[in-house]
Amino acid sequence: MSFFEIANQYQDFDFAGYFDGVTDRDVGASLAKAGEINRLNEYDLLNLLSPAAAGFLEPMAQKARTLTLQYFGRTIGLYAPMYISDFCSNHCTYCGFNAKTGFPRTKLSLEEIEAEAKAIADLGIRHILVLTGEAPAKTPMDYLEDTVSLLTRYFSSVALEMFPMEEEAYRRLCRAGADSLTVYQEVYEQGLYKSVHPKGPKSDYAFRLLTPERGARAGFRALNIGPLFGIGEPKAEAFMAGIHARYLEREFPDVEVSLSLPRMNPVDGGMAPAHLLDDAGFVQTMLAWRLFMPRLGINISTRESAQFRDRLIHLGATRYSAGSKTDVGGYTVRNPERTNCDTTVQFDITDTRSVDQVTQMIRESGYQPVFKDWEIF
Amino acid sequence: MLTLGPKTFSSRLLTGTGKFASKTLIAPMLEASGSQMITVALRRVDPGADQENILSHIPDTVTLLPNTSGARTAEEAVRIARIARAAGCGDFIKIEVIQDMQYLLPENYETLKATEILAREGFTVLPYVMADINIARQLHDAGAAAVMPLGAPIGSNAGLEMKAMIRRIIDTSKLPVIVDAGIGKPSQAAEAMEMGADAVLVNTAIATAQDPALAGRAFAKAVAAGRMACLCGLAGAQAGASASSPLTGFLRN
Repeated sequence: MSFFEIANQYQDFDFAGYFDGVTDRDVGASLAKAGEINRLNEYDLLNLLSPAAAGFLEPMAQKARTLTLQYFGRTIGLYAPMYISDFCSNHCTYCGFNAKTGFPRTKLSLEEIEAEAKAIADLGIRHILVLTGEAPAKTPMDYLEDTVSLLTRYFSSVALEMFPMEEEAYRRLCRAGADSLTVYQEVYEQGLYKSVHPKGPKSDYAFRLLTPERGARAGFRALNIGPLFGIGEPKAEAFMAGIHARYLEREFPDVEVSLSLPRMNPVDGGMAPAHLLDDAGFVQTMLAWRLFMPRLGINISTRESAQFRDRLIHLGATRYSAGSKTDVGGYTVRNPERTNCDTTVQFDITDTRSVDQVTQMIRESGYQPVFKDWEIF
Repeated sequence: MLTLGPKTFSSRLLTGTGKFASKTLIAPMLEASGSQMITVALRRVDPGADQENILSHIPDTVTLLPNTSGARTAEEAVRIARIARAAGCGDFIKIEVIQDMQYLLPENYETLKATEILAREGFTVLPYVMADINIARQLHDAGAAAVMPLGAPIGSNAGLEMKAMIRRIIDTSKLPVIVDAGIGKPSQAAEAMEMGADAVLVNTAIATAQDPALAGRAFAKAVAAGRMACLCGLAGAQAGASASSPLTGFLRN
């Protein structure tokens, strides 16, 4: 059974009704069970995401912290994103790279990618996340394979956040040296998904939903998924992402699974978030995921503020991006300090600290920053 | 003394480099614990980054035990071992082949295959395995220098969940037995040693303690106590009472 069939089973689930019925006693019972892998079932996850669980944040945090220390130690992995193309044929109503948004599009040449790679590697970063919009004609397989091969000379881990591909395409990119795959479903509620992806290849809900499975079969050793908080109802979306992660963990036991919690930030041409996930809701989601899946990786991006990120270290986060630029060529090629080019970002960064500053914060928090935690030998 | 391949160690406590709050805590822990061998995941070694290179935090007097963490197959483990040797990490290698990312349990079949290849190439091979007397025998025949059954899943601090099986390995193995993974307290390390294990490997419990150096010292003492208990010939326990002045003693007078 693919996750599409599982997702379908929840399309008519009355999330609001269930959440309304959760009592303190239900939350306490679920929390008491937490502490072992696979101890919590889907209803426990719902209980921990419920409004009633908002009153249990501290005991949830204590348990989540203990579990994280047990499985990950006092370490935080670091990575940086690199945008190589902002051409996109999708019409996502919430995205700054939306095909309808009028700005000069850019695709980096291999020489420019190498310049970016050198600049990022000089910061100490060894794990890179490569991003493109969805425009296969502009970023064909040969280009992507060459990019990945080039990046393996500078980084020990090359992760991809590109458009969904067929299994064979992923196999080619794995052979070129990519090891991890990130793909956000953005929104799990099918009707809403259709309405915010009105045109373009991304409008195919099932193809996107099954992308991590194709990636796992193709040989990626790590998968990162998540909803984009702001589109759908946050608690229901957090639940769907949680059971998606558990499905992947069980179906592909040799793959490391992680979740991200991106929240919508203002962008050019983007829409305002329909649902706000406030800081307390963000923390509750993160804690519920950790208790549900003790070995789960949890990534925190620079979308979040420095002050908030500093606190999340103690609550179960395992990986941070640092020194991020979310525009194509943002590290060197289109750096306004070097050229007069305008830059267009996919989303606004809130934590603008340098890699050194984030590293220092991690150390001062009593954790070890880990720059290199993987390599294809 | 503990002999593994060409080297002899006076400490029977092996330690690890993962999960510390700071790499700078490793050297004081090694000094306090007296541990003479430490594992390091090759996937975390970055010779190109001086300050971040974990190897620069390990004193030269301590033997490196690079591990193949990250390997899913024998082939990958072999490749990592060869790179570790080429990178100057020595000839010791801990084979760690894991295909289950939830429980991080070792895959014995692939581990055995990697051991055969690497032992032929002159490595001193320490394989991390599920506790099973058959694999212990097969690893001996394959040329391993020790067998490292897990006490419990990595990082679980659950202690000797595999106690009965480990005891059988200790009873039958021709190789030194090093209990690896799961030991969360000094008392559990002492128990493993008391059972007759030749050594224990402890990482999470030490690395995530509030005071790793003190934890290392506590484990060292527990390991030494357990070893002495094993050697001293303790009387066995029994269910019933045993009178100091037996009722039939008069018959021998």
